[in-house]
Amino acid sequence: MPIKTEEMVLNMGPQHPSTHGVLRLELKLEGELILDVKPHIGYLHRCFEKHCEAMTYPQVVPYTDRMDYLASMSNNFGYAVAVERLMGIQVNERVEYIRVIMAELQRIASHMVALGTYGVDIGAFTPFLFLFADRERILTLFEETCGARLLYNYMWVGGLSHDIHPDFVRKTKDFVQYFRPKIDELNNLLSYNKIFVERTANIGILPADVAINYGITGPILRASGVKWDLRKNDPYSIYDRFDFDIPVGEGLKGTVGDCWDRYYVRVLEMVESLKIIEQAIDNIPEGDVQEAVPKRVKPPKGSIYARFENPKGELGYFIISDGSVNPFRVKVRAPSFVNMEVFGELCKGHFVADVISILGSMDVVLGEIDR
Amino acid sequence: MYNFLIDIFGSPVIAFFVAAALPLFLFILPYALIAVLAERKVSAHMQDRLGPMRTGYHGIFQTVADILKLIQKEDITANSIDRTLFNFAPYLVFIGSFAAFAVLPFSSFFVGSSIDIGLFYFLAISSLVVAGILMGGWSSNNKYSLLGAMRSVSQIISYEIPTAIVVLTMVMLTSTLNLDTITNQQTAYFWNWNILGGAATGIAKFLLIPLMFAAFIIIFISTLAEVNRTPFDIPEAESELVSGFFTEYTGMKFAMFFLAEYANMLAVSFLITVLFFGGYHSPFGYLGNSLGIEWLVPIEQGVWFATKGLTFVLVQMWLRWTLPRLRVDQLMTVCWKYLIPYSVAILLLVGFITLI
Repeated sequence: MPIKTEEMVLNMGPQHPSTHGVLRLELKLEGELILDVKPHIGYLHRCFEKHCEAMTYPQVVPYTDRMDYLASMSNNFGYAVAVERLMGIQVNERVEYIRVIMAELQRIASHMVALGTYGVDIGAFTPFLFLFADRERILTLFEETCGARLLYNYMWVGGLSHDIHPDFVRKTKDFVQYFRPKIDELNNLLSYNKIFVERTANIGILPADVAINYGITGPILRASGVKWDLRKNDPYSIYDRFDFDIPVGEGLKGTVGDCWDRYYVRVLEMVESLKIIEQAIDNIPEGDVQEAVPKRVKPPKGSIYARFENPKGELGYFIISDGSVNPFRVKVRAPSFVNMEVFGELCKGHFVADVISILGSMDVVLGEIDR
Repeated sequence: MYNFLIDIFGSPVIAFFVAAALPLFLFILPYALIAVLAERKVSAHMQDRLGPMRTGYHGIFQTVADILKLIQKEDITANSIDRTLFNFAPYLVFIGSFAAFAVLPFSSFFVGSSIDIGLFYFLAISSLVVAGILMGGWSSNNKYSLLGAMRSVSQIISYEIPTAIVVLTMVMLTSTLNLDTITNQQTAYFWNWNILGGAATGIAKFLLIPLMFAAFIIIFISTLAEVNRTPFDIPEAESELVSGFFTEYTGMKFAMFFLAEYANMLAVSFLITVLFFGGYHSPFGYLGNSLGIEWLVPIEQGVWFATKGLTFVLVQMWLRWTLPRLRVDQLMTVCWKYLIPYSVAILLLVGFITLI
């Protein structure tokens, strides 16, 4: 008698420890082998884009905080710059420098969460807590300056909500000094760990052409070996003044574009961000951070698409103005949403445990996918 | 010990039950309470945290409070489960892991049961756990539980083979299955321990030392996998399977799985201690002997045995909070491609050496 086997449909999430939020995955399994993956999104939809149409331009800023809630500064940054371009506002040097420093600190903090939770997904709990303890230092820096630890509402159209704290420069320098050796510690504890490499190298390989066809951006695209970073390729703010490299995946432990590369590109990006902070922190000029804040934000009729390199990838704002105080339309190109599309492709033929390591290496934030 | 108890109670039957129950209540249950706390404290300090601090001085009553909480919890059973198997599984796991302690010699005065097939009994009774896990996972009627149980069973059965081969090697070396006898062959000083060649003399001892170290590492890895500890904790891999085969369990039944896991950790640590590290014997001789106080010796032995066993438990905890987790196929690769061939090679080499 032939043994009858059947496919098993496993529902992973929305309440699952490693779907990083309320993502639901419908896995079609044969034993532990993945035949098909279907991500279901929308559990966190808050109608951000529709809300924006009823708000004035400055009122939208707190909403942008809540998209990628691990990188609120970068979201603020993008929105502020987009509206400034629409209105033709030129902010002063001090604002530009502070914005860049904040955005890079935020990038480090966001990558810390990505790397730490990735460790948890693979089963190593300790690096997660080490990284979170270090992230705490960045959050303290933010808190001292703008009073908030997660959702900052810091970058306004035309300026900043507060000037930096008097201690900020010294403490940021201390942090850079402190964090450099910590990256080596992370590498020794997790990145080069034999088991970690076994679990992540050659898993979920994303070739460069597939990545480009799907419109993947950010660390995931760079891990596939494509040198594409909007800070270099389409510089905004004052990024063209700094000297930094774009790390790309080299397939050190396996194939280019595998999970380990995606992980390691983030580690290297933290080093580059430290470089940018180091160059910027000594050159903050004097000035009034609210000098260019307009009394009434009322852009002329027109539209703009502005894109920014967020920790997760290319964050794009498409804003249409009808000349009133409310935006006619705000459309956001959320990097996590676009990056998520390739997920099913990557998982096929892997094991259940690999779904977790692939999902972790994508570093999606559900607040941004659903908005 | 047994005779001593007969003297006290005047009846062999009562003495039998007391002797059987003593290790459980005197040693294992307090140990499980301490071990759960120790795990939390060890992990906390490894991760720059404090761990439990509120219940008593540095949280020493945390486990007691946890157990009290779990006893009060509602015993939830889902509708679609197989009730009989579901209720029976935790007991089977609990029995399997606690019954293994019966043959372990805690000191020369206190051996639960000094049977001649002690090693065989130990391996056999700890296999009960497999049945319990499969029962629990299957009867939960939950896909995650089932996956966890399947993984667990395939893992435990595979890893029993290298364990058994190493145990066989030790049986060949000591020519007995009685754990008490194995211990007594390693008496006096630490160079008589089996890991340093045991009681063998001359060239054979030097040939045995590297083999014994290799055998120790193999059995340590394979027992680690048998008790489902990191890096082999894939059956309960919380990031993939929520918590594996005991996802659906609540309250005291959950606590039984939990305590059984810790009891298992200690049981295998004790097995390694007996086989390789001289069992309850002190590495340097006894204070009681040099002072001429005879009753001190068994107590010292008990302390040494506990110290050695707990050292391995601490190493298991240390590994858990340092290493990531393997994938299920990699786990099998480690077992079938590395541990088993090496353990067979050690078996053959030790066989030759003992023959000569």
